[in-house]
Amino acid sequence: MAASSNNVPTLSGWGRLARPGREVLSEDLERLTEGKVLSRGLGRAYGDSALPPPGELDVATTVLADRILSFDRDTGLLRAEAGLSLAELNRLYLAKGWFTPVSPGTQFVTLGGMVAADVHGKNHHVEGCFGAHVTRLRMRVADGRILECGPEEEAELFWATVGGMGLTGHILEVEFRMKRVPSPWIQGESMRVADIDEFIARLKESGPDWPMTMGWIDCASRGARLGRGILYRGRWAEAASAPAEPPKRKRRKTVPFDFPGFALNRLSIRAFNEAIYRTHVPAFKSGILHPEEFFYPLDKIHHWNRIYGRRGFTQYQCVLPESAGHGAARRFLELLTSRGGASFLCVIKDCAAEGQGMLSFPMPGISIALDIPVDRGTQELVDVLNRDVIDMGGRIYLAKDAFTRPEDFRAMEPRLDRWMEVRRRWDPELRLRSAQSVRIFGDPT
Amino acid sequence: MRVAFLGATKGMGRALARVLAERGDRLFLLGRDVEDMERSAADLAARGEAPAGSAACDLARPETFEPALDAATAALGGLDAVVVTAGQFATQEELEQDVERARELLTVNFANTVAFCERARARLLAGGGGTLCVFSSVAGERGRKPVVLYGASKAGLSAYLEGLDHRFHAQGLRTVCVKPGFVKTGMTAGLKPPPFAGEPEQVARIVARAMDRGKPVVYAPGPWALVMLVIRSLPRFVMRRIGF
Ligand SMILES: Cc1cc2nc3c(=O)[nH]c(=O)nc-3n(C[C@H](O)[C@H](O)[C@H](O)COP(=O)(O)OP(=O)(O)OC[C@H]3O[C@@H](n4cnc5c(N)ncnc54)[C@H](O)[C@@H]3O)c2cc1C
Ligand SMILES: NC(=O)c1ccc[n+]([C@@H]2O[C@H](COP(=O)([O-])OP(=O)(O)OC[C@H]3O[C@@H](n4cnc5c(N)ncnc54)[C@H](OP(=O)(O)O)[C@@H]3O)[C@@H](O)[C@H]2O)c1
Repeated sequence: MAASSNNVPTLSGWGRLARPGREVLSEDLERLTEGKVLSRGLGRAYGDSALPPPGELDVATTVLADRILSFDRDTGLLRAEAGLSLAELNRLYLAKGWFTPVSPGTQFVTLGGMVAADVHGKNHHVEGCFGAHVTRLRMRVADGRILECGPEEEAELFWATVGGMGLTGHILEVEFRMKRVPSPWIQGESMRVADIDEFIARLKESGPDWPMTMGWIDCASRGARLGRGILYRGRWAEAASAPAEPPKRKRRKTVPFDFPGFALNRLSIRAFNEAIYRTHVPAFKSGILHPEEFFYPLDKIHHWNRIYGRRGFTQYQCVLPESAGHGAARRFLELLTSRGGASFLCVIKDCAAEGQGMLSFPMPGISIALDIPVDRGTQELVDVLNRDVIDMGGRIYLAKDAFTRPEDFRAMEPRLDRWMEVRRRWDPELRLRSAQSVRIFGDPT
Repeated sequence: MRVAFLGATKGMGRALARVLAERGDRLFLLGRDVEDMERSAADLAARGEAPAGSAACDLARPETFEPALDAATAALGGLDAVVVTAGQFATQEELEQDVERARELLTVNFANTVAFCERARARLLAGGGGTLCVFSSVAGERGRKPVVLYGASKAGLSAYLEGLDHRFHAQGLRTVCVKPGFVKTGMTAGLKPPPFAGEPEQVARIVARAMDRGKPVVYAPGPWALVMLVIRSLPRFVMRRIGF
């Protein structure tokens, strides 16, 4: 909790772009959320989704409310307070043969954050988003009432909340269905891929046989090597082919301080990307993997966001729809590299059918996510990329965004009016707001 | 281990109860909010050994102590340990402005906690001995500007536990006086964390080990043992000058 010079406390998302804000914590979410305009989990949204709107300071941080309230060993139905972290859930249940139906690329997220962003994982082409597995939510809505909703009860509120970025109410409890896994280990494969076209072909052809797929792209390469990278695919290992002992928890390293601004430049990014590609030897690997290695490679290093220094960074994640046709991803990457938009990390995923969350991010197509260090050119770069995404009929992911302009978001989101209508029905005065909702939806300050 | 646990609903108590339940210890929960204890009991049951039950016990109401310990002893079929993490905090400014509040805090943290411990100690000794683990604080080590009143309540508690250890050790009573430094819980939310601020899970692991070994005094997290070594050795004129 850094304080700026005039002593107003500031708060930021994972990308470290600070705004005035302060976390208020309590085990008792009913009391905590009273009169608050926004809830916040572990702050892993990159941009301003979990930051208060201008004029407000306090957000209700849920992380102390982390109790499991029930678990049915037959059906996997689990109910817990919204601040329970996925890391704790994994620690408790993976060795017992259960896993979350959908996991994002970090386990340092809360259940509330997973619902509010309707997170997707490597298995989107099989399981959809997290919200599809949620059976009930206990919420505090804008008028102060506390109520339950689900796909069969107050369904509109429920589907506006799934992916609704905390703007339809505070999520107090989450009930969802865990999945049985045959072992806690992953049967995985990874391989070098020569360029973007091959990448997309490989992702698509892997889908039917591999429930989990994703790729890392070297964004510093151009021309014939444009979009080269490494494809990862996996499935839960059968008990017979997996080690008998449960996986040990991985030790974490930490980035102890902010890196200086010059540490990350076009050259170091290129060298890093080159190294990852070159050191993937042999070009094809196969074997049993530690689940944390497979799902959460970035979690190995605590506070890795500090390598971006004080200026912070943003993630640009968009989905390029299937309807944009073959070559859309290549055109997008060409646009990116021609603009000099070097990215330290670039992740590509396959997305399948759109879920029922009214504002959920995924749609059938290819998702591309880029980490971009913030500098003077960032706004323009995001604008240019957004224009391309609008032309293709795609959209961006609110949980990552800090720069998209309201008119651009509207152009991407034909679903916005319907969601707004439901939101206004539950919150006519738009009491519940975030820095992001003021920026993108034009909410009052 | 059969453990009567006062304060498992929040903070370090929640974390310690989880460590004990996950390794198979049998708990009986004591606390002032019976409904909320049910939720904590469910959480513990999902993680490990389900608690044997719970009963109302409010440190502000000494008449609840005896029935609560009766219920725990009956449900567990005896007691091997009693843990007290329950306690209250308020800033020095808040307490100075409201003497009645200060009196209440001193009563809960000191007089009533001691009264509870006296009953617990008698039961443990009647059963041939056992562990009495109580959360005091590093705030009780020296009189200090920011924690004059809260610190005094904890100083009294620490002194009581030390005396208890000497008096009943030979009869099989193991007292564990836990002295946490700054730990990030609801109690300290809103205060600015100093260097070495700890997490409740970290403290819980240290305390569970200390309980197994019957360690009479334990600082947690670790670095606070050193910090307090320094603080204890500072001359009075220095303490008067510094803000700590
Ligand atoms: C390394 C990394 C990898 C990631 N990988 C993926 C990925 O693969 N797929 C994916 O989908 N996402 C991914 N994310 C994004 C992340 O999963 C989401 O941003 C998620 O919402 C973060 O959860 P959180 O608990 O940190 O929530 P925060 O970041 O604290 O909050 C996120 C949003 O949820 C709302 N919210 C949080 N709790 C509540 C509540 N109790 N009630 C109402 N609203 C609430 C907030 O208001 C905010 O709008 C990744 C993030 C990181 C840092
Ligand atoms: N956090 C620190 O930095 C720190 C440092 C040094 C010492 N300590 C001491 O360590 C202990 C635990 O602290 P914590 O930070 O974990 O506190 P916490 O999160 O505030 O939890 C306090 C616990 O005490 C219970 N409690 C409070 N008053 C009670 C009463 N009258 N009767 C019964 N139970 C009562 C609460 O129960 P409810 O659910 O009913 O509220 C809660 O379970 C306390 O004794 C504290 O003084 C804390």
